[in-house]
Order: sequence, then C-alpha cells, then structure tokens
Amino acid sequence: MDFSSRSLADVVVAVPVGPIDHANAQGLQEALAPLLNSPAPGTAGLVLDLSRVDYISSMGLRVLMVAAKQLRARSMRIAVAALTPVVKEIFDIARFNHVTEVFPTVRSALERISPAALAAFETDAR
Amino acid sequence: MKCVRFWGTRGSLPVALTAAGVRRKIIAALRGAAGRSFASDEALEAYVDSLGMPVSGTYGGHSPCVEIETGRDEYVLCDLGSGVRPFGQKAIARHGPGAPQAYHVFLSHLHWDHIMGFPLFTPAYIPGNRIRIYGGHTALEEALRRQHAAPSFPVDFSALPATIEFVRLDPGRAHDIAGLRVELMLQRHSGDSYGYRFSSDGKAVIYSTDSEHALDDPDDAHRFVAFFRGADLVIFDAMYSLTDAISVKQDWGHSSNIVGVELCQMAGARQLCLFHHEPVHGDEAIERVLAETRRFEEITRGDRPALLVTAAYDGMEIPL
Repeated sequence: MDFSSRSLADVVVAVPVGPIDHANAQGLQEALAPLLNSPAPGTAGLVLDLSRVDYISSMGLRVLMVAAKQLRARSMRIAVAALTPVVKEIFDIARFNHVTEVFPTVRSALERISPAALAAFETDAR
Repeated sequence: MKCVRFWGTRGSLPVALTAAGVRRKIIAALRGAAGRSFASDEALEAYVDSLGMPVSGTYGGHSPCVEIETGRDEYVLCDLGSGVRPFGQKAIARHGPGAPQAYHVFLSHLHWDHIMGFPLFTPAYIPGNRIRIYGGHTALEEALRRQHAAPSFPVDFSALPATIEFVRLDPGRAHDIAGLRVELMLQRHSGDSYGYRFSSDGKAVIYSTDSEHALDDPDDAHRFVAFFRGADLVIFDAMYSLTDAISVKQDWGHSSNIVGVELCQMAGARQLCLFHHEPVHGDEAIERVLAETRRFEEITRGDRPALLVTAAYDGMEIPL
C-alpha cells in the first residue's frame, strides 16, 4: 500500500493511502514496523493521518491495536486523525476510540501531543 | 430444511430480565401511549408490536440451543444449553409423553453453557425416546455423564430411561444425518469448538459459535469464508465488540459483529444472525449492536448484494 511518513520534531506523522483491508493490512504492518521497532531517540508519539483511507477492515484495526500496544510499552502515544466519514463510523462501531486517541485533524492531534511538533507543523504549513 | 428456531441465544450463562427491566419497558410503553386510545385488542396489539424489541419484548436469556426444522419427524438441535428445557417441554406437549421421538443433537463444544440444559431435558426421562449426541470432541460422553454425577445433580446419567448414544464426527468429511449433509470445522476456542454446516434441498445453514478469529492470519479468514460460502444463514458468535475481542478479551474464544459481517460478505452469505449475546448486555445494548452491525454492513457493502443482519432472540424463527 502507499505509505509515507515524516518527522515533526518529536512526533512521526504517517500517511497510509487507500483501503486497509484484508489484502493489504500486512502492508501497513510492514510499513509501520521500522517506526514501532526502532523509533528515533526522543520520539514521543505517532499520529496516523487517515484522511486518505476510505476503509479499514478488522485486520487493519488489529494492526493499529498492535501498534498501540508496542508504542505504549515504550511510553509513546498513538493517535489517529482526519478520519474519513466511513472510517470514523467503523471506529465507532468497533469501539476503537478506546484504543487510540482520535482527533478531527492532524493539527489538533499534534496540539495535544507535542507543542514542538505543532510548531514544526505550523512552520511546514506556511 | 424449513426453518431455524432459537431456544437459547445467550452466551456464558443464562440471564433473566429483572423487575427493574420490566418496569422500564412498561414505563416506555405507557409513555408512548399517552393521549392515545385503542378501540380494540387488535389496535392495542398493533401498538405494542410497533414499539420494537427493547420495549415490547426481550432477547431472552437461555444459553445456546438452536433447532433446525427439517420437515422430517426427527428433531435436530445445536447445543444443549438451558434453552433445551423449553424445547423439550414443547416437544412433549406436541407429541405427548407416550410417543417416542428421535433427537439429533450437534454439540459445538463441551463448555458448561452449551450442555447445562441436558439434566433438565425431559425427553431424556421418557423410555423409548432416542437421543443421539454428535460432536468433534472425544470427551462427549464423559462431559455429559459428569454433569449428571453427584454432587452436581441428583439423577445419575445411567438412570436416564431414554436411549442415548454418542457419535464422534470426523471433521475431515461430510456426514449424512437426519436427511442433512453435515460438515464440521475446527474453531479457535479453549478446549476447541466445532462449527457446523448443514445442507439440504439447496439450502445451507452455518452454526458457528464460540469461535475466535485470528486476525493476524489471512488463512484463518479463508478457511471460514470457504466454510460459509453461499450460506443462506450464518449463526455467528458476536459476543464482543471488535476492540474487546482483540484486546482485553483476546484469547477468550469469541468474536465480534464486525468480523461476522466481513466473513459473510466475503463468503456471499445471505443472512448473518448475531448469536451468543454477552450476558451483561440488556435488550437496549443488543438492539444497539444490531443497529450498528446493519450500518456497518451498509457502509462496507460496495457492489455486493445486501447481507441481511438479524440478532437472535429466544423464540425467534427464521424461515429458510
């Protein structure tokens, strides 16, 4: 699956693209693996920008669950942001808002997680 | 197969509607009737029927027991939860105690909630009745005998007058029983469980309860999709939310409404029936899960035909 990520100060913002279904949930897991297994020193958290994900299956949610467990074990935070309407409903029905913090925008997620990352985000946006 | 009838739909242990729950239903019904008049009993019944399950009825609380009506004289059941007691009473009332019957029972597994009704299954106490209990476990007979033994129950299994036989079924092949083609599939549950596929007359019914799905293993999904393929009805363990099933209740051996929809959609099944309801859920909670599941099916349907989603309740009948 298409996937990109960038570091904003002490937060990594990851952007998966397309449906995260049974066929490519493994792809998301592999894309996240470097971030989960060997995060850069000082990394405070991961924000998944889901604005370009139009569907997520149970296998995709499981990948996020595993990511959340791994990050919390390292005392790092995980959040999802900018959910499309369908993915937002799937999160609600799956009760997944108990697993990750959910924010309406990437900016609002960074605002809550890291002032330094928010400042870097604002600088990028100019 | 003519229809499927649910006698027990609750998981883990039986529950009863409480006095407080009845009171809430009465208040809701009276509130809705305020200012209205009903000219006849028919009008009153129509009003009650319009209220919906959480107000006018209840999902019930017996543990699993499902009847498949085949159109033949023999009875076919899945599991012997507490729901088998009202089933037995109904069968005796229909035929009378002097008319021996044959009962074919398919056990998903041997946990207590799925066998606990048998000591109070009245047909077992009537000479001439023939009860055949099928399953994939080698300990079928041991489990049934043990719950009859002192100090758990006053009547030992050996004292039951009915003819009771145990038949272990090989999951590797199809079996012809009571006019049905019966196939089993091993499922992920503590001590193992087996899902069943019953086929006849071009119809197929799946009974898949107490089954946890390995979401890290695509092959697991493929196995179930193949087993569910084209089924007219899939009775599915949807005890937990997806989040609970893969976090705090991981390895507890149960599944979720979301996985049920996904597997049925991939398998091209026609109806998903949510089953093995969480015992802490009241009628409102089950109704909410049903509405959410229907919505999930709708937003993920794509180009596929609609999957009918229902939630089992004690006394429900689904025609085939």
